[in-house]
Formats: sequence, C-alpha cells, structure tokens
Amino acid sequence: MKPVNAVITKVVDETPTIRTFFFDTSFELIPGQFVMVWIRGVDEIPMALPYENAITVQKVGPATSALFELGECDSIGIRGPFGNGFDITKGRILLVAGGVGAAPLAPLAEKAGSAGVEVTTLLGARTNDEILFRERFEAAGDVRIATDDGSEGKHGYVTQLIEDSKKYSQIYCCGPENMMKKVLDMVAPSKAQFSLHRYIKCGIGICGACCVDGLRVCKDGPVFSGEVLKKTEFGVYRRNECGERVRF
Amino acid sequence: MMLAATVTGLKLKNPMMLAAGIMGTTGGSLKRAAQAGAGAVVTKSIGIAPKAGHSNPSMVDVDCGYLNAMGLPNPSYKNFQEEIDKAKESEVPVIASIFGGSADEFSEIAGALCADAFELNVSCPHARGYGAEIGTDPKLVEEITHAVKSAVNAPVWVKLTPNVTDIKSIGLAAQRGGADAVVAINTVRGMAIDIESGYPILGNKFGGISGRAIKPVAIKCVYDLYEALDIPVIGVGGISDWKDAVEFIMAGARAVQIGSAVGENIDIFSDISSCMDAFLTEKEWTLDDIYGMAHEV
Ligand SMILES: Cc1cc2nc3c(=O)[nH]c(=O)nc-3n(C[C@H](O)[C@H](O)[C@H](O)COP(=O)(O)OP(=O)(O)OC[C@H]3O[C@@H](n4cnc5c(N)ncnc54)[C@H](O)[C@@H]3O)c2cc1C
Ligand SMILES: Cc1cc2nc3c(=O)[nH]c(=O)nc-3n(C[C@H](O)[C@H](O)[C@H](O)COP(=O)(O)O)c2cc1C
Repeated sequence: MKPVNAVITKVVDETPTIRTFFFDTSFELIPGQFVMVWIRGVDEIPMALPYENAITVQKVGPATSALFELGECDSIGIRGPFGNGFDITKGRILLVAGGVGAAPLAPLAEKAGSAGVEVTTLLGARTNDEILFRERFEAAGDVRIATDDGSEGKHGYVTQLIEDSKKYSQIYCCGPENMMKKVLDMVAPSKAQFSLHRYIKCGIGICGACCVDGLRVCKDGPVFSGEVLKKTEFGVYRRNECGERVRF
Repeated sequence: MMLAATVTGLKLKNPMMLAAGIMGTTGGSLKRAAQAGAGAVVTKSIGIAPKAGHSNPSMVDVDCGYLNAMGLPNPSYKNFQEEIDKAKESEVPVIASIFGGSADEFSEIAGALCADAFELNVSCPHARGYGAEIGTDPKLVEEITHAVKSAVNAPVWVKLTPNVTDIKSIGLAAQRGGADAVVAINTVRGMAIDIESGYPILGNKFGGISGRAIKPVAIKCVYDLYEALDIPVIGVGGISDWKDAVEFIMAGARAVQIGSAVGENIDIFSDISSCMDAFLTEKEWTLDDIYGMAHEV
C-alpha cells in the first residue's frame, strides 16, 4: 500500500515530552502492531498505535520534532498497520511498561480488561510528570508506579516492582531494551512477550535492516516471545542505520 | 537432487538464490534465508565506508510491484566478514555483493573479503556516483571486472542494470573483463507521487521498481544476454512463484535470484523447489532440458 493521507484532528499533551496525535482515519489493529508515519519532506518512522486512530509520540530527534510542529488540519502519510501484535491470552496478566513503551500496551490493557482478564500494570518513567496513560491502565486493573527520581511510587527502575511473576499466565513488556532484557532474565521466557525497537526502513519484511538474528522486527515481530529472544542478540547489541553493531 | 546445479563452479542444491539487498545485511538473516531453502545467498551490496542510505520512505508498495531507494546502506567491508562467516554456517555458498566508485575501490573491497563468489553491483539506479552510473559505461564495467578478477580467486559475477539502451553491450563488456557470469536485472528506474500533497513518496524522490511489474523486462534481458554471451546468465526480477522461475530458466538463466517476494513468503525457496521438482518429474524433463528452451523451439 501507498501511504494513506491522515488529517490530524486533535493533539493531546500527555507529558512534557509526549503528545498524542489523533487523526481522521481509523485502523483495525491488534495491540502491538505499528504504522510507518511519513512526515512529508522529513522522514518516515515507526510508531505504535495506542488507539485505532492515533499515535503517541515522544520527542527525541528530527522526525519526532517535526511531528511536534504539526497541529489540527495538518496531515501525515500512514502505511500499515504492520507486524504481528501481542498474542492475547486469558487468566491473569502482567504488563511492564517503560516510558513511551506504554503506548502499545494501553490498548492491550483495555482489550484484556474488557474481556475479563485480570490486568496488573507496572508503569515506569523518569519522573512523575512523564508517566504515560496512567488512567487507561487504572481503568483496566491495578497499577504500580516506579520513577527514576523517586518523585512518585518506587524510587528506581520499573523492573524492581516485579515480584512473584509466576502467578501471571502471561507477561507483556515494552520499553528500552536494557529494561526488557532485565525483565526477560527475571521471568519464565515462554510466558513473556516483548515488543522490540529496531531501525525500520521498508516496514514490509524485505530489506532486512531491522533483523535480530534473522527475525524481521517489522514482519515477524515487533512482538516476540522471550523463548525466541533468549537465543538471539536481544539485549546485547542493536544495529544502526548502516547495519553496524551497537552494543547496549 | 533433480534441482542440483553448478554455477561458475559453485555447487548449489537448487538454483534459487536470495537476491542482493534482501535480508542481506546481517549474517543471521542470510542464514535464515538459507535455512528457508535458498540454494545460495547474496549479501547486501557492501562498500568502502559505512553508509546510512537515503532517508525514509525508502520502500513502498506500488500495486504492480515495489519501489525502493534504500541508498545502499551498509556497514562497510571492514565490519562485514563476521556477517559472511555467520552466513557460512548455513553451508550454502555465500556471494558477497560489492559496490564502489572506481576499479580501485571495487578491488580493495573484494581483496579484503573472503566469500564463495563476488557479485559486482554496477547497477543500482539511485546511488549517485555508484551503481548504474558505472553500469551504463561499457569501458568502466570492463575495467572494474578486470580489476576484481585480478584481486580475487573466487568467481566474479557482474550485476547488470536494465536502464540502458542495449544490455548486451554491457554484458559483453563484463565478459571481456573476465566475468564468470552476469546477473540480470537490477531494478528498473521509477517514481511515485503522493497525490494528496504532490510530494514524491521516496525520500530520494525516485528509485527502482522490483517485483511482478518487472518480470517481462527481466525475461527479455536474460533472453538477449543468453544469445549474446558465452558466460552463464543468472536471472532475477519479479519471481514470485515456481512458474516464474521456470520461465527464467527457459529464457536462458542458469540459476535465478529472488528478492521482493521474500517479504510475503520467506519459505519461497523451498516452495519453488518442491513445485519445480514436481513439474520436471511430470514433464519428464531435467533442468538441463529446460535451460534455454525458448531459444530452441
Ligand atoms: C515498532 C516500533 C514502534 C514504535 N513506537 C513508538 C511510539 O509509539 N511512540 C514513540 O514515541 N516512539 C516509538 N518508536 C520509536 C520511534 O520510531 C523513534 O523514536 C523515532 O524514529 C525517532 O526519530 P527521530 O528522527 O525523532 O529521532 P532520531 O534522533 O533520528 O533517532 C532517535 C532514536 O530513534 C531511532 N530511530 C530513528 N529512525 C528510526 C526508524 N526509521 N526506525 C526505528 N528507529 C528509528 C534511532 O535509531 C535512535 O535510537 C517505535 C519504534 C518501533 C521500531
Ligand atoms: C529493498 C531492496 C534492496 C536492494 N538492494 C540491492 C543491493 O544492495 N544490491 C543489488 O545489486 N541489488 C539490490 N536490489 C535489487 C535486487 O537484488 C533485485 O535485482 C531486484 O529487486 C529485482 O528482483 P525482485 O523483483 O525479485 O525483487 C535491491 C532490491 C530491493 C527491493
């Protein structure tokens, strides 16, 4: 598919560095799938879909800054949704979110919560005003918070909130790779799913830029079971846009 | 065994290879293509220095095929031997695709890498100063081929661009330079524009078409090269099932490469192999029987 034109209808400030852009186009999505967002004349970048008609963006560099310049009535191009998304299970689930990693997990919490699944969410952020989608997770179940600076909840990393992981039938995780690697080392790998970030170019499983030991993050992922990731370079190195290895 | 083929001395369990630039930047992804049944794998084109490539969008689906302008992103040959070595664990031949701006650059890269064969990319349609700007000039193609042949012992293949008036003259130049085979074709120059805004979709504005749309172009190139050259032709461009692969072999391809179609189905290599095998058995033909068949009827 060519990029679909999406007109921005509303911009919501979520935190000092994160904004949600709602648009006039809806996508049928499995939580965890992503779209390629084309900021015309600038770049095209991968973004999770936290709603069926919105992206939630943290400002980190040129493309996301260009997005922050856009407002109502401006438009972007969208290809997707791409990728597999989370495999939703029954029972009692634990969500572990670091920073903007809460974006793909919020619709999962809602979907699972409304299906009667017991949802517990561990939300990590640098500081209390950077906590993303707290209300959405609270509406779906229990929430525990950790902040790097101790401004709210546990003073430390979100991984320090994990206890008794065996009581959950499935664990879902998205955040910085170092944090996800810690989670992988703490839980039963076969019962955990991780949504990965890699440099994505084509988005359709052809160019290979995003491969993690032969697994295409854009096509076979972005969600992988811990069992699969255990055997790979996950948590050890990623690749930059040239394909050079960059150690974590 | 029916599909076993020897191409420029390389023994392939089947003649279906992974094309250059498709899942070819990492040893792990090359290995996965081999495990999915590819008879050989070709790496991403590797250059002198690390290169980030063009800005995104770098690839887009255009209904009849795909349009891409990756811009030859690669980690440079200095960081690439370990990827080739990892790919070698799969025990199929690994062909290093390389590109450069001059004969010296090509031979520096080839001389530093250890691979089962080299494929010279003189045909990328959208990298300034590289690729097709070289591949449309017979003298340069001959010179570069000759330089690489002198620098390595492994077979040297030359990948041709269809974006020329007469592809045979470029194929002949490669042959004069000592090439062991030619590979045809690289992508066909193309462009797509977003009608909501007037922006060309690709970050590089234009790029190369691959996939279904270019198959008839590629078949004709292979057919012509087969007639003009003494060295083998390897066919690539738009293969998405076993019938396409058979068509290429009948046009005169000793082996084929598969690119874009890997996106939707990475098992395409083994799928094509088993269907081609069944087809040959039913027709009571061998691979040799259908090789160049279209020229004999
Ligand atoms: C599947 C997936 C889902 C994502 N979902 C979200 C989300 O919901 N919200 C959000 O804020 N961010 C998300 N990201 C991250 C987001 O794509 C990057 O923050 C963005 O590309 C940065 O671009 P930039 O030009 O602003 O920054 P840069 O300064 O160019 O880059 C900052 C970081 O982003 C990475 N990056 C740049 N371009 C790409 C690219 N094409 N593909 C992948 N990474 C890139 C860089 O490697 C670097 O680590 C997601 C990434 C992936 C892979
Ligand atoms: C994303 C992409 C990247 C490519 N990169 C290279 C490359 O680095 N070197 C090269 O010689 N050809 C490259 N090609 C061209 C392919 O090897 C092949 O010649 C072309 O795509 C036609 O085959 P197909 O229709 O099966 O894809 C690339 C093609 C695509 C789609």
